[in-house]
Amino acid sequence: MTEAIIPAVEAAGIHKRFGSTYALRGVDLSLLPGHCLGLVGRNGAGKSTLVSILSGILSPDAGQVRFDGQPAPSDTTGWSGRIATVFQHSMVVPTLTVAENVFLGSQPGRAGFVDWRAMRARTRSVLAEWGFDVNASAPCSSLTVEQRQIVEIVRALAAGARCLLLDEPTAALERGAVQRLFERIRQLCQSGVAVLYISHHLEEVFEICTEAAVLRDGELVLSAPLAGLSKDDLVAAMVGQIHYPERPSATPGPAPVSPSAATPQAAAVPAVPSVPGALDAPAASHAVALTVSGITLDAPGTSLRGVSLVVRPGERVGVTGLRGSGATTLARIVAGAVAPDAGTVLLGDRVLRPGNRADALRAGVGYIPEDRQADGFVPLLSVAENITMAVVDRLARFGFVSPRRRETRAAPLARRLSLVSAGLSQPVGELSGGNQQKVTVARALARDPKLIVAITPTRGVDVASKELLLGELDRAASAAGASLLLATDELDDLAICDRVVVLVRGEIFTEFTDPPFDRERLIAATEGMGAAA
Amino acid sequence: MSEPEGRATAPGRTQERGTSDEALPDLTGRQAGSRTSAAAISWIREAALVPVLVVVLVVGAILNSHFLTVSNITGIGEQASSLGVVVVGESLILLIGGMDLSLESTYGLAPMIAAWLIVPVASFGSGTMLNPYLGILLLLAVGAVVGLVNGLLIIKGRLNGFIVTLGMTILLAGIQNGIVKGQAPFNWPPAFGWLGSANVGVVPVSFIVAAVIFVITGLFLRYHRLGRAIYAVGGNLSAARAAGLKVDRVRIGVYIAGSVLAAIGGLMEAGRVSSVAPTQGYGEGIIFTVFAAAVIGGVSLRGGRGNMVGAASGVILLGLVQNLLDLENAPNYWIEAIEGGVILFALILARVIGGEATAE
Repeated sequence: MTEAIIPAVEAAGIHKRFGSTYALRGVDLSLLPGHCLGLVGRNGAGKSTLVSILSGILSPDAGQVRFDGQPAPSDTTGWSGRIATVFQHSMVVPTLTVAENVFLGSQPGRAGFVDWRAMRARTRSVLAEWGFDVNASAPCSSLTVEQRQIVEIVRALAAGARCLLLDEPTAALERGAVQRLFERIRQLCQSGVAVLYISHHLEEVFEICTEAAVLRDGELVLSAPLAGLSKDDLVAAMVGQIHYPERPSATPGPAPVSPSAATPQAAAVPAVPSVPGALDAPAASHAVALTVSGITLDAPGTSLRGVSLVVRPGERVGVTGLRGSGATTLARIVAGAVAPDAGTVLLGDRVLRPGNRADALRAGVGYIPEDRQADGFVPLLSVAENITMAVVDRLARFGFVSPRRRETRAAPLARRLSLVSAGLSQPVGELSGGNQQKVTVARALARDPKLIVAITPTRGVDVASKELLLGELDRAASAAGASLLLATDELDDLAICDRVVVLVRGEIFTEFTDPPFDRERLIAATEGMGAAA
Repeated sequence: MSEPEGRATAPGRTQERGTSDEALPDLTGRQAGSRTSAAAISWIREAALVPVLVVVLVVGAILNSHFLTVSNITGIGEQASSLGVVVVGESLILLIGGMDLSLESTYGLAPMIAAWLIVPVASFGSGTMLNPYLGILLLLAVGAVVGLVNGLLIIKGRLNGFIVTLGMTILLAGIQNGIVKGQAPFNWPPAFGWLGSANVGVVPVSFIVAAVIFVITGLFLRYHRLGRAIYAVGGNLSAARAAGLKVDRVRIGVYIAGSVLAAIGGLMEAGRVSSVAPTQGYGEGIIFTVFAAAVIGGVSLRGGRGNMVGAASGVILLGLVQNLLDLENAPNYWIEAIEGGVILFALILARVIGGEATAE
């Protein structure tokens, strides 16, 4: 009792196996009150399994979960008062109000009848106590993603949980909201709550966490205070011996990469230079690949006011901004997924029909949509079919396509992206998140596009795969002189761009033309502060 | 975010008292305004069909002097009651994100089995001469068993609800026809027909019972934990499960409740027409009207959205329209086409008034 703090939650020797694959092999993890532990690992390292076990959804094959030093009760329904999880996918019921979601399954009341007044009052008092500005009687369907997350955090707090698991909490948040979330996490830690923070973003882990734990292939390979660690240390622990450079542009020319890389193609990635001028298409000609002029759109949540932009052949242009700045909407308009109120999009000298994705596709615009679950792929169809979806007209003979022809076409793309699957006939829905994203990238590349429009292509993808994806996008842009329009709020992704356009409230605020781009100045610009050089 | 708590509570109180849809000119402006207008919008959605009902009543009164008489209105009430009780059952099942086609067969089979066991051989019974009160208990039990089987097959057996209940529909309708060999049992003790045929003053008992069922179900859905669990399960199943709700039990329970309500509706109908036709329910295709009434009333086919005010107005609207067509002697061969047109029109109207989320 006196020699050490008792962990709020402790996992001891957790083993979990699914069929023949080990998800977790003897994992020990302690969450101390008032500490924030960052849990990182590549896709498939066992993070989700560990979260499920800690939150009582799965039971371990061997090992024990302890609360405050005592073995956890076997009835997991009682766990919600001790430990609460904010899952990657929203766990609010959109048709119910905030107050109901906070007290979902444990509404205050007598004899089973819900005391609405008490429920709203208690929700308001928790909201006020933590300074959250959300209307307790609003239906959750009317809330923003950030507010829904607050509802989930408040649910945990209202249940009295002293331990909070946050699984990729920033994946759907814009940067301002991320900062506010961090503020909340610090506040929670100060009041003695133990936090487990799971993220793909190492800089977030460094910003908010006090300790880090790294999972690799179901084993805990590193667990230490962050003070003595560097970002490279974490990456090295995540990927094993192979060390990937942090971003391609940081190391021009071939980087030393171990030949024993699990994916041979990975070795090629750092070799592709994203150094400005290396493939300087603009110097070769003054031709224009994409002309966007006077795009205006007035839609709820996002608006664009007379945005004009020119992209030259082979040029890689990043578009960034806060959520609602119009950055992703602009990309959607160029891809033909959304029709603007006014303005035109020209690919070469061809005017694209507004809001007509099929026309944009025929003209040569490859598209990597933002929400891969909704727009990126058809989960029940095979890898090959998804990849070749946009080129069926080229593969078909009298409308018929043989699976073999599809696979012949899909195979090189799958290889180039190091797509891990049981075969090209495996349904995409069975793949891991990162590999699903690779399928959507492969689909966009399949038609040899003149322009690739990508919206946050690395979301939910682990660090190593991120580099691979960005490298491949970069290479596709370079080869065959395709241009790239990359709309993202993940600043690391912008490293492959020659030029970055920053949108603020629907207008072009400024432009950065000389990479590498300064992170601080980019952030400042998205907030509408400071003029770029 | 760091505002004092006072702001968070004060405007809420005014809204809770539920005064009006006018934004109060309050110092706390923005929040109070948005909160009040959100409440107003949900109120408008619940009452989306009320103006339509008023229009139908006015048009009916102008077209036909008999339309607004007491005897006609009670007649509508009696006719709509049995259907309405089934709509309550189907609405519950739709709310959990399910669907049950077999309610129409339960509506026929449950009273058929009971009646068959109650009445003498001469009026197409089995000759068992079962006590009518036991018969009513048996009728409820038939409903519960059908619901339980459906629920187990769909929830525990993970079979598709549409196909399970489609198969069940045909199976039950076949049993209903088979046990009486196509005859319609009649001439039962008054106790069995009381619910569907008695009156309190001028008001039919079936109408009172149906109204009570609507009100109790509505209050239960709004105020009981189980009622709220139904919304949670239909709105986001995994969230409900993560919150520790016994989602399987809730869903199976709702299938049972739905079938029991269908059996009660069938009892009302049998009492009203004084016999159980082998075609009662499935043979009349009532399930289409049931779905139409629920969806017109704003109960979402995707689950998690809808309420009893809406479901009741859907039932009443369809009842009024049907009655008006009868009164006006609409050409017999065209009556179905007109009804279908009215359903589509009401759907579009409900969508226009209620907004995006309704009538889907």
